[in-house]
Amino acid sequence: MKNRKRYIALAVYFVLLMLPIYWMLTMSLRTNADILSSFSYYPKNLTFTNYIKIFTDRAWYSGYINSLIYVTMNTVISLSFALPAAYAFSRFKFLGDGQMFFWLLTNRMAPAAVFLLPYFQLYSTVGLIDTHIAVALAHCLFNVPLAVWILEGFMSGIPREIDETAFIDGYSFPRFFITLFIPLIRAGVGVTAFFCFMFSWVELLFARTLTVTNAKPIVATMTRTISATGLDWGLMAAAGTLTIVPGALVIWFVRNHMAKGFALGRV
Amino acid sequence: MGLMLQHVDKIVGREVHLKDIDLHFAPGSRNVILGRTLAGKTSLLRIMAGLDRPTQGRLLVDGRDVIGMSVRKRSLAMVYQQFINYPSLTIYDNIASPLKLAGLNKSEIDRRVRDTAAMLHIDDLLFRLPAELSGGQQQRTAIARALVKESQLLLLDEPLVNLDYKLREELRVELQQIFALRKATIVVYTTTEPAEALMLGGNIVIMDEGRVLQAGPTPEVFRHPATTRVAEIFSDPPINFIQGRAEAGQALLGPAIRLPFSSHMAHLPAGPYTFGVRCNHLSLQSTSPEAVAIGARVDLCEINGSETFIHVRYGDTRLVVQKTGVHHFKIGSSITVYVHPCHLFVYDAEGQLAAAPDHTGRA
Repeated sequence: MKNRKRYIALAVYFVLLMLPIYWMLTMSLRTNADILSSFSYYPKNLTFTNYIKIFTDRAWYSGYINSLIYVTMNTVISLSFALPAAYAFSRFKFLGDGQMFFWLLTNRMAPAAVFLLPYFQLYSTVGLIDTHIAVALAHCLFNVPLAVWILEGFMSGIPREIDETAFIDGYSFPRFFITLFIPLIRAGVGVTAFFCFMFSWVELLFARTLTVTNAKPIVATMTRTISATGLDWGLMAAAGTLTIVPGALVIWFVRNHMAKGFALGRV
Repeated sequence: MGLMLQHVDKIVGREVHLKDIDLHFAPGSRNVILGRTLAGKTSLLRIMAGLDRPTQGRLLVDGRDVIGMSVRKRSLAMVYQQFINYPSLTIYDNIASPLKLAGLNKSEIDRRVRDTAAMLHIDDLLFRLPAELSGGQQQRTAIARALVKESQLLLLDEPLVNLDYKLREELRVELQQIFALRKATIVVYTTTEPAEALMLGGNIVIMDEGRVLQAGPTPEVFRHPATTRVAEIFSDPPINFIQGRAEAGQALLGPAIRLPFSSHMAHLPAGPYTFGVRCNHLSLQSTSPEAVAIGARVDLCEINGSETFIHVRYGDTRLVVQKTGVHHFKIGSSITVYVHPCHLFVYDAEGQLAAAPDHTGRA
């Protein structure tokens, strides 16, 4: 009886969650005229023209490619800086380590808009505007602290004696770190990569301001669908639906590690 | 030659972890460091391994100062109290890892891994992961990895303490045999248990509060514990102490008991002394006419395996009597405990050994 109640509650919750996504999906499969003229729970005249346009129009599909490029760059950069940093925080005592660890978090407390103008001017000066690396670096401002924070939790769960045993056995530090230590915190690396990916993927403000055309991400493209004929609802819905796909894929891959990541209390 | 520590201090913040340690370990020697928890055993071991730097002092290996030398360059192996293995590697790779890093060829590695694994009875588990093994098997793997290197120095930090009783007994016996095979290795083994120290033999270092109290061959130290503290640490349950005096060829234990000097006490000048007697030398039956009776009251009866420890009170002095077999005594009842003067350790007012029982010709 209790179980049944729980299932009903979960089902209601699930429906509420899925409703907007379902609505977007149906919209993406209808024409603009259809969307604007009648109300229906499912597409009456099924059409794939919106999707076809996205996959054939360079202005659209290049948005996805650009996004994927800088998101990947950002994830790689964030992890390669955060892994050694987190190791230092978890293993060594140094002057001001506690303060520094907290300071990392404070980077996440300031709104992104605060950093926007300085970034824009700085990047203009050094000629980084409208490049993928510009966005990837800007996103590091938020992703590196988060990554350090999460990874430190995972690393502190590994006994220090393993490190010592490895050094006694004759491992050099880089070899130990890459062949023994990182495999031990695989789950943590997966969870961290997921967070970096998701944050960078959905971030709009930096991505839009620091790019013009060459590195224009999909989130920026989506906000510019107004034409002479008004908003292209169907196209926007199709783009939105496609934007969910990479995130869903990444979640699928790290789903088994996610619970552990949350359980460690750092996420 | 061998390993030598000279005036080693370790101070962390304001806490003194080790104070003025001077020790020498000869090549091929078996050494046990015995001390209660927080005595500084692990700190000392970590300094010997090169994992920590001493605040002061020198560490010489074959006459060469090795402080500051990277752990990787030293010839040593260490086994921890916790079961430390590389979780992502199989047992085979765990044991093989120091050899691979030393650059040995494949067939040599294979031979040595299999030999060592066979010695520790884990040869049928070689292709499992550490997490799939029991605690005892995990510790066997850790020991195998330490042994396979054939290093100059082998450090074991209470390796058996996290194992259950039966496994501990088993592995203790095996370790003795394995150590015997390593002729050139300096083995340093820390423990809190006097019985373990006695079993492993060799030399012993008694530590307390960061200091070395006494060092020497294990049986020698057991028979002549230099201070009351050493006697306490090196017997389990702790040795019994009775305050008393010596005068005119007689020892006075507590307020009322007089006993004649045994031969080993003959030279004692008169004065206040502390008399120590191990609990297995207190008995409930008179074994010889010289034995003296102590009238006491039962406080507690503790049954430990096939032995009974009877806690009794004589005046203000608490004593523990060890008796083989399981016995029950009513709490509060009167009991007569016998002690033979030839078993008495005598300590002077400063707690220094003044006379120890004579062991020639007896077990």
